[in-house]
Formats: sequence, C-alpha cells, structure tokens
Amino acid sequence: MLLIDIDACIGCGLCEENCAFDAIHVVNGIAEVNENCTLCGGCVDYCEAGALKIEGKEECGEKDGLAAWSGIWVYAEYRHGRIAPVTYELLGAGRKLADQKKVPLSAVLLTDKAGGMPAQLISYGADQVYVVEDHALAQFTDEAYGNALEDLARQYKPEVILAGATAIGRSFIPRVATSLKTGLTADCTQLDIQQEDGALLQTRPAFGGNIMATIACPNTRPQMATVRPLVMKANAPDPARKGDVIHYTISPDRLASRVKVRNFVALEGDQVNLNEADIVVSGGRGLESEKGFQMIAELAHLLDGAVAASRAAVDSGWIPYPHQVGQTGKTVSPKVYIACGISGAIQHLVGMQSSDTIIAINRDPHAPIFNVATYGVVGDVFEIVPKLIDKIKQVRSS
Amino acid sequence: MKIIVCVKQVPDAKDVRLDPKTNTLSREGVQSIINPYDRHALEEAVRLKEKVGGTVTVLTMGPPQAAEILRESVSCGADEAVLVSDRAFAGADTLATTYTLSQAIKKIGGADLILCGKQAIDGDTAQVGPGLAVRMDIPYVTCVRRIVEANDKAFVVERLMDDGYDEVEVTLPALFTVVKEINEPRLPSLKGKMRAKKLAITTLSAGDLDADTAQLGLKGSPTWVVKVFAPQLKGERTMIEGTVQEQVDQLAEKLMEWC
Amino acid sequence: MDYFLTEEQQMIVDLSRQIADELIIPQRAALDESEEFPKDILDAVAKADLFGVYIPEEYGGFGAGTFEIVLALEQFGRGCVGVATAFAASALGAFPIMISGNEEMKKKYLPDIASGSKKAAFALTEANAGSDASGIQTTAVLDGDEWVLNGTKQWITNAGEAKIYTVIAITDRAKGPRGASMFVVEDSDPGFSYGVKEKKLGIRASSTRELIFKDCRIPKDRLIGREGTGFITVMKTLDRSRPGIAILGVGLGQAALDEAVTYAKQRVQFGKPIISFQAVQHMLADMAIQLEAARALVYAAAKHIDAHPKDMSKASSMCKVFATDMAMKVTIDAVQVLGGYGYMRDYPVEKMMRDAKILQIYEGTNQIQRNVVGQELNKEYT
Repeated sequence: MLLIDIDACIGCGLCEENCAFDAIHVVNGIAEVNENCTLCGGCVDYCEAGALKIEGKEECGEKDGLAAWSGIWVYAEYRHGRIAPVTYELLGAGRKLADQKKVPLSAVLLTDKAGGMPAQLISYGADQVYVVEDHALAQFTDEAYGNALEDLARQYKPEVILAGATAIGRSFIPRVATSLKTGLTADCTQLDIQQEDGALLQTRPAFGGNIMATIACPNTRPQMATVRPLVMKANAPDPARKGDVIHYTISPDRLASRVKVRNFVALEGDQVNLNEADIVVSGGRGLESEKGFQMIAELAHLLDGAVAASRAAVDSGWIPYPHQVGQTGKTVSPKVYIACGISGAIQHLVGMQSSDTIIAINRDPHAPIFNVATYGVVGDVFEIVPKLIDKIKQVRSS
Repeated sequence: MKIIVCVKQVPDAKDVRLDPKTNTLSREGVQSIINPYDRHALEEAVRLKEKVGGTVTVLTMGPPQAAEILRESVSCGADEAVLVSDRAFAGADTLATTYTLSQAIKKIGGADLILCGKQAIDGDTAQVGPGLAVRMDIPYVTCVRRIVEANDKAFVVERLMDDGYDEVEVTLPALFTVVKEINEPRLPSLKGKMRAKKLAITTLSAGDLDADTAQLGLKGSPTWVVKVFAPQLKGERTMIEGTVQEQVDQLAEKLMEWC
Repeated sequence: MDYFLTEEQQMIVDLSRQIADELIIPQRAALDESEEFPKDILDAVAKADLFGVYIPEEYGGFGAGTFEIVLALEQFGRGCVGVATAFAASALGAFPIMISGNEEMKKKYLPDIASGSKKAAFALTEANAGSDASGIQTTAVLDGDEWVLNGTKQWITNAGEAKIYTVIAITDRAKGPRGASMFVVEDSDPGFSYGVKEKKLGIRASSTRELIFKDCRIPKDRLIGREGTGFITVMKTLDRSRPGIAILGVGLGQAALDEAVTYAKQRVQFGKPIISFQAVQHMLADMAIQLEAARALVYAAAKHIDAHPKDMSKASSMCKVFATDMAMKVTIDAVQVLGGYGYMRDYPVEKMMRDAKILQIYEGTNQIQRNVVGQELNKEYT
C-alpha cells in the first residue's frame, strides 16, 4: 500500500497535482489516499518531502540468479510462409539495446520450413538465430508456439524477449510470460535501458492513449514486451552480415495443441473493422467524388488501416454507410486518424476527436478540423495524398 | 454448460481527457463502466446459454464498488455473480491478476467455458485472458469473432488474425477472448434489473481463496510502474508548412513515427 | 427537479434513457431520412420488457400504471418522437382490450402485446371522421357467428406493422353514439388490407397507413365489451392515453432545450459565447420554465389517472394541450437559437420542430382538448 509519513508531509499538493488517478488529495494539510490508488508510485517520485512510500515494492519477487539471464531476443513472427515486417523493426530496436548492453541479439524462428529466413534475420541485425523447425508449427497455435519459446527461454536464459504487438504476439506471448512467471508489458511504443542497472524500461500508452506509463520488471527474468508495429525502425538489411544458426528440437508432446486450425480465410480490405483499426484514413466532401475514395483506400491499405468517411461523403453516395464516422455513424479512437478534405463539423468531431493523433489535410485554413488536429496541412488533398502514397512506398522500399 | 464471464470495471475512456492547461488528466464526470469488450463476452455467454442451456456466472476482481458492474451483468442475463475483493489484491499486474482469478474460479467449482473481453480499455494489455487459461491449464483462443459450432465437448470458432481469420477447433474446457464484432450486446431488461437488485453477490476475499499470499497484489506482480506521464499534448496543433513536397515529406516522416 | 421517483420508477427511467441514448438517438436522423419503421429498436425495447410496463402482471406485464409508461415515453420522446409514437401506438391499441375486453380476450392478446412479440394499433380516424367521431362510416354487421366489416380507416399509426388492431365501427346507425362498437381485427383476417404509406412532415419513422376492410370477416367473440359501447371505450382509452402524448412533448422539449443550451455555450459571436447575451438567455429561460411546468402537469395528471377517478378527462386534456403547445414553442425557439445551423438537417432541431407539430394534432387536436376542458368546467360550476 501507499504509506504517507504524516510528519514529513508538508501538504504542498504536488502529489495531488501529479496523480493520474485522482487517488491522493491534501486534506487539512496532509495527503490522504483513496481507493482509486493503483500503487503506480507516480506520486512518490514527485514528493519533495520524501513523505510517500509504496510498501511491498522492495520485497517482491526473486532477485537471485538474475545475472544468469543475458542477451536480447526478438521473436521472429512467422505466418503463412513469411516473416512479419514488425520482426525487422524489432531487430532494429533490439540491435540498439544489445549494443548498449554489449550482449548478443538473437532472433527466434518457429516454423515448419526455415529456408532462407535465418539468413534474412541475420541480415537485419541478428547475431544468432534459434530455429525450431517442425511440421507442428505450420499453423499458429498458442500452445505449440508458446511451449517452444518457453523451452528455448528456459534453456538459453535471455534477459529480454521482444515480440510484435500483433494478433499472434499478443495471443501467445502472455502464455510464455505466465508460464515463466515473469512480467510482460503489452503494446510498447518506446524501449530504453536504465543507466544504473541495465534494466529494460518499457513505455506504453494506457487509458486509450490519454496517459503514458513506463514499466520495469526488476526482479524476474526474462523481461518481456510486445511492441507496437510501425513504431521502431528497421535497419537496412546487410546481406554480408554473419551470424550463427542454432537448430533446436522441441519434444512432440510440447508441440501438441488442444486447438486445431482447420481453415484460413483472408479478409478483404474494406472488411477491416473501423472500431478496431489502429489507423483510420477518412475522407469528406473535399474528395468530390467516389473516385476520390480510391486514393483514400490506397493510403489506408498502405498503412494497414481502415477507410472512414464523413456524413457528407456518405450522403453523396461515394462510400457506404458502415464507413461513416460521427454522430450518426461510428465513434472511433484509433492511434492515428487522417482526415482528408473533411471540414470538421461538430457531428464529425464527436466521432473521432479522442484519436491519439489527428492529421488534418484541408484546403481551407479556417476549417474547424484544424482545431482538433495534432498536425495540420493546408493544401489540396488531390495533390498531397497521392504524393504521400508515393513517399511512403519509397520509404518502405528503401 | 457452466460458463464464467470475467468482467472488469474501468473508467469510461471517452471521458478521460487531458486538461490542456494543467497537463493532467481531467477526471471530472468520469463514469465507471463495464469494460466494453466484456459486454460482448457476456452477451455471447447469454446467447450460448439460451441455445445450449446452462448457467452464466460473472466474475470480477476489484474494489467493493465493482459489484455495480456485476449487477449490470445480471440485468443483462447473467445468473450468478462473484466479486473477488480484498486490499491484498491491490496493485496486481496481469500475472498476479490471473493467479487470483484462477484461484477464485477453482473455488467456485471451475467452468466448462470461460469468456473474457479481448482486452480492457484502461490497460489495453490483452494478457489476462491467455494468462488465466495458462493458470487453469486449459486451451484458449484469443480474438474470437464468431462461434461457428458449439456443443458440450467442443467448439469451432473463428479467430481474428491480422490478415484474416482462422477457423479453429477446440475441446472444452476452454477460454476465449472475444472481439466486438462477435455480437451486438443487448440492453438490460426490466425483469433483469429487478433480479439484479435482489441478487446476493458472492464475495471472496484473499482468505477465501486458499492463495499463496506472495503471489497476490503488488507482491505477486513482477512488473512495476516506474513513471506515469502525459503524452504529447493533443490540441497543440502543429501546422506543417512549406511546398507541397516539403509538406508531404514531413507528413510521411510523422506517419512513420506515429503509426 | 426531483420528482421523488421510487426505485422501480427510476429503473424504468434509467433503462429507457439507455435505449434512447444508445439506440434511438444515433439512428434518428437516418430513420427520419429513410422513413423506415424502427423494427430493430422496437425489438430491443421488447427485449427490455418495456412493452409490458402498464400491463398487469397476470398477463405477462410489469403491472405498473400510466405514470410509469409516461416515464418511459418521456425518454423515448427525447430520443425521437417518431420512434416513440410507434411504441406508444401499441399501448393505445391495447387500452380498449384492457379497459373493456373480457377475461378471455385479455388472456388471448395482452401477453403478446406485453412481450412486444406483437404490436397493437388503434383505429378510429376516417376520411370524414376526425375530431367529429360521429362521422364514422365503417360498419360491422353480424352474420351468423361472424362480424363482417366494411370501410376504410385513415392515418392509422403502426398500420402494416402491428398484428392486433382495435377498430371502431358502426353496428347500428339508428342508435347514434350508442350504435358504435369496438372489435379486434388481426393482421391475417380475410378481407383486411393496408393502403399506401403516407408521407409526413415529421415522425417519419412511424408508419401511417390506411386500414381497408372489404367484407372482412372476424369471429363473433372479437367484439370488445358489449355491442354499442364503442364510443365509451374510445373516450376512456383516449383519457388514459393523452398523458402519453403530452409527455412526448416534454421529452421532445427537453431534447430541444439540451441542443439549444449546448449550442449557445459553444457558439461564439462578437467574441463571446451567445449564451452570455441576455436575448438568448431569456429565450432559454422561457423554454426551461415552460418545459418544467409541463412536466409537472403531465406527471400530476398521470398519477391522477392511476388513482382511477371518475373525472379523468379534464386533467388528461389539460396536460395534453399544455405540454404539446409547449413542445411546439420550445422546438421553434431551439431552431431560432441555433440560427442557420438550426435550419440545416445536420443539426437535430429542425427535425424536432417538424415532429412537434403532430403532437398538437393527433389523439384529439388541441382545439378539441380545450373543448373538453371547457365542457368539464361548465359541468363543474353548475
């Protein structure tokens, strides 16, 4: 619990101002904590009088044997014969962490057919690649993939395991963390090494992006995190890089799964669920026609996002109603909302203003959409959007 | 079929806003609600009950006032409600939470099927469902978007993936986490509200769980919050200036950074 | 203002409010545009047990009264008067059975109406019989074990959507007002069909059509109450139903006031939010005062009716006039406060203004209501 030293407390109110949870208030000159407290310790850092302390933090977990765990691992996400792009981003981020700590960076590849993939992973920065190659890994199942990664981790003891915050990563990585009884931080957007002790600091958004939290896992290993795709930067591949490939065999009983994949159905682009899309590209009256939405769809596809529209565009028949965002449509709060040619009537704003980042592109510098935008671009959507598509393609391919 | 639905009380995210002046969270008028994804889990449980028979028990870990969402769940069709509440659980991360929930489920006699929302909107971790299944040693499927076949022994469900969906087969007992598209949750009914008002909620404390206290709450949590801070302020708009190409270049760079 | 509702009444308010906020308000503009009957919303209302609020428990209802149905209708009216009218019309159709039907008839029809699985409708108006009900031309003639209906009912709310219709027809023209009787006609009865859907100024989500009876044969036991009591049943029905229309005005007025105040706080002219100008403030204040007075009157009338007094008519008519005239005025003023934006379909107040008008017309025009009040006064002071 949060302990308040009432002799030390000077009632300055810094804790109250800085509590994100409305859990601490100064009453009659002394701080008082209520049941909203999540023991996050935010107030402790702000207290200049040293009056606050989180009890129990210092005694939890096991500190013994942490030194036995060493090296940074990246889970190389494999599905339907290919490696997910987030893997290369993680190798880029992992490379920095490994260099900083002067430890090797390893990739873990679980697959039914490794082929040239280990070499590919090395070219993106891995010093070594652990490969488990087995027919049982042809389809993703939480049990087989989870057990394989768990067994490898127990055998080789990495201090850090990173995976993409993808459908696969967010499904089976919690299994590994729970089995290893260690901490896991989901959907990180920033990773740092703490100077004093080399611990991994994992920063992630919470409360729908309204606050950021930095998490550490001081007493157990490995330190595990899933990382949001498209946040980290991949290094350019270097085909000349050398590395070791370590083949590892997992016993068949550990690769058995009580869940069996029967069939896969690919989703069409416009079946993307607007409410769950991380990126939404939206068009309004400024698109002028159905054709205008083709470039919106292309940008959305490129960014792995969903297509949305204002009521004006839907009413004009340029795009069907399920895409409508706003008072009479859907309410969305993606990580990025790109409003193209949308003036920003209040009916539209209520449906999207809680997005983490809003990019507005509009010809009219006085359009109300700019009032809620994080980034505003005054210009012609027909000029900017196609150029933006080209630019992203160019960056991606380089 | 005995179905347990895990629900969580969360602050209504759409109300939680940053005060642009003080750079702190504005909490005025923030309502506590049932985690929206959990409403879909509950709805699916009630539909299964209506189709194949059985009971639906809602389970939550939280402070005493979390009983509100249990009553709300009962008014929407759940039969029984269990509140797991104790100061000893405070500060639990997902690992400690799954331990506590698994002990509670064992205490109330287990389940054929456990349903959870995909994630909670306050933490967005999506870890409790899978972790709970591991604790219970039962198979799980995350992000279920449709139940295709259901009987006493096995289910066929569609699991949402990044590139489409997998149709998977799983034997019971099992745990699913569900996405919003699985159904449209019903509203409470007047009769349900009357029942909810009268229902006695089973309350379990740490002492009732036969739990290893070292695995509860803060002590059982390997992750610590080092710092909580406000993200880059929204509303502080940056206009991207320059020639069209300059604007596009800057925009592309931002997109790579933010997406 | 606090009206000291009981826990159960508060439950009805909360549930209805949730339906209005989550289901009705997000769809109302689209329903108004498409003139589509709100089937999904009414299904949800049925699942929430609200169709049975006023129906006795022995017939599967919740066993509450006029006041409770008024509380629900206030929320629905705040959401959309079109949707609320579709809901209210089912109650109007059920009242004749509840008031004058025999036990067998109640058992046959009320449980389905209470569950919402079948909607009801009430059929009085004809081309030549509006405010003057004596102009009714639809006839019912007993032929052996069957009544044979002929004629056309006009502007019947829920026509084509309801399964159960309570219909007034002349059974003996020579007897004048005592020559009319009420019947239950079912959707599937032979010789019964619907006219085209009317295009309306407002409440466009509700369905308004003709009922056409061409040698429509129904069993003898479909007669509601005794032969010749049709007008009495109609009058008793309307006495009980008018607070329901009145409260739609209150709900609608509340919605208009909410929009107007919210807008006035946001809209900046001459460097200030327009709510800081006294001209606007006074308009808003008058809207709020009229609204609250109407609400208090409707609540009081509903409670009065629930006590089953002999003299329901005056209270019932007074609240209908006052609350619906208020709704017209308040919605017009809300459009004025929103100015040009208020006139645009992007904002909800123009629809509110269109919807308000019908409240002064249907279930007895406000002129007829004043007649009722006047006649009652005349009686009281003799």
